[in-house]
Amino acid sequence: MAKQEQAKLMKKEQLKSDIYKFSVQAPEIVKEAKPGNFIEIRVSDQTEPFLRRPISIYNLEKENGILEFIFQVKGKGTEILSKKKENDLIDIIGPLGYGTFKYDQYRNLGIIGGGIGVFPLYELAKCAKKDNKNVNTYLGFRNKDYVVLEDEFQSVSNYLTITTDDGSYAKQGFAINFLEKDIEEGKIDAIYACGPLPMLKAVQKLAIEKNIPCQISLEEKMGCGLGVCLGCAVKTAKSSKDAPEYWHVCKAGPVFQAKDVEI
Amino acid sequence: MNTKVNLAGIEMKNPVTVASGTFGYGREYSDFFDLSKLGGIITKGTSLKPRSGNKPSRICETASGMLNSIGLQNPGVEYFAENDLPFLRKFDTAVIVNACGSSIDEYVELCKILNTLDIDGVELNLSCPNVKAGCMAFGNTYEGVKQVTSEVRKVLDKPLIVKLTPNVTDIASIAKAVEDAGADGVSLINTLLGMKIDIDKRKPFLANNTGGLSGPAIKPVAVRMVYQVAQAVNIPILGMGGIVNGEDAIEFMLAGANAISIGAGNFIDPYTSINTIKGIEDYMKKHNIDDINSIVGTVQMN
Repeated sequence: MAKQEQAKLMKKEQLKSDIYKFSVQAPEIVKEAKPGNFIEIRVSDQTEPFLRRPISIYNLEKENGILEFIFQVKGKGTEILSKKKENDLIDIIGPLGYGTFKYDQYRNLGIIGGGIGVFPLYELAKCAKKDNKNVNTYLGFRNKDYVVLEDEFQSVSNYLTITTDDGSYAKQGFAINFLEKDIEEGKIDAIYACGPLPMLKAVQKLAIEKNIPCQISLEEKMGCGLGVCLGCAVKTAKSSKDAPEYWHVCKAGPVFQAKDVEI
Repeated sequence: MNTKVNLAGIEMKNPVTVASGTFGYGREYSDFFDLSKLGGIITKGTSLKPRSGNKPSRICETASGMLNSIGLQNPGVEYFAENDLPFLRKFDTAVIVNACGSSIDEYVELCKILNTLDIDGVELNLSCPNVKAGCMAFGNTYEGVKQVTSEVRKVLDKPLIVKLTPNVTDIASIAKAVEDAGADGVSLINTLLGMKIDIDKRKPFLANNTGGLSGPAIKPVAVRMVYQVAQAVNIPILGMGGIVNGEDAIEFMLAGANAISIGAGNFIDPYTSINTIKGIEDYMKKHNIDDINSIVGTVQMN
């Protein structure tokens, strides 16, 4: 059940010139949040900018009510958010989304992320590892300047593969190439993905070809984040040209079975 | 202190309702507060058959507002009657169904069904700017509005409110058509047709190119139109367009609205409607107003 909290900013870290990590005290939201959920933040108490910003959850500390999220400054809203100071209160609604990451029935997980899409995968990897799953993580970045959270993901993965498109750091190539190799060697039972659309499309195609269950986390422009405005539509795989069918990222998602959606 | 109002024959404990398309069928917001606190709930636009809605992107943010082009995605009246109405009826609040269609026959068939349901009234949607057939196509002429409203009136015994589009030259004449056709009230304004362009891609942000503008950006237009309509008709007015607090609501009531709706304001804070009720009460206390109805249409023009 979604809650609204005025969450105190406990710790603010700048990970890159335009990427920030916020740790906030949000016990009510943390209590019910699951890997894959997101939150909606009102960055100003004025009506400009107007809408809340949907942001994925990076880490949940269930024991002390701390929620961490990481965001890139992309426009007016995230710019204002990035200026918040420690001890400021932030208006947050969450946890949002009924579609969350599920891994109970699998043993060997392949978690793949690209760029700023890696953030919501941390909580998944952390929980899965704690539940004794074999966590294989593949993170792709453009070049060495974009690599983030390597140590953090190392600590929640059994095997971590970092790639850069240009080979300027770690392995050269796309993360999906390394995932595919491990799938062919029979090391992966289920895939979890979040990242840029081309990557998600490639992962979706791979999963369907190899007949491996795959969950992907999507994003779309949102109005309410609660499932009432029906703005963040995603086409279902059952759609035909004459009879499109839409679900909504904020409610049915943000995590979907890859075979169920047309992206 | 009396905050009770009667909107077109619908008794409400206060003048605050939530606007169609911004509150779904109530479930999501019931996580946050007791829906019985609201004067009324106007449901998501509901049609005779399910509608899948428009292609994404359907939403984009604008200065103090937003554009939407949802395209009336809804599960249809049958699904609503079985699944959503029983839920809404658990709360002590007026339930008004926003009814949309693509043809006069469809509006009539839909309203025949609505007439048999346990609802408090119908808001006839003649104003959605985002669908090809029906809605605004009827809503932008005196004759169109009068014809649809008259046909619906023949089959609907429940209170009938007609929602007007602001995308017309003379909204007062459209409101007059509603009154002449025998409806019980008018609601206004629906969204203003707008467009936003992605200057890097040189393409509109919305897949449908244009969409309906809502939010505080449109409030002055809405207040002006409510005033004009109040001068033209004697039936009650449900006013809306950018209301986010009690002061905004009072402005609409002074202009002539008997009740108001919170629309896009629900998105920025789930408690906007509840805070608006409190804001109205605060205004009444501050100005020693015993009955909220006493301020309706009392703006003193210069």
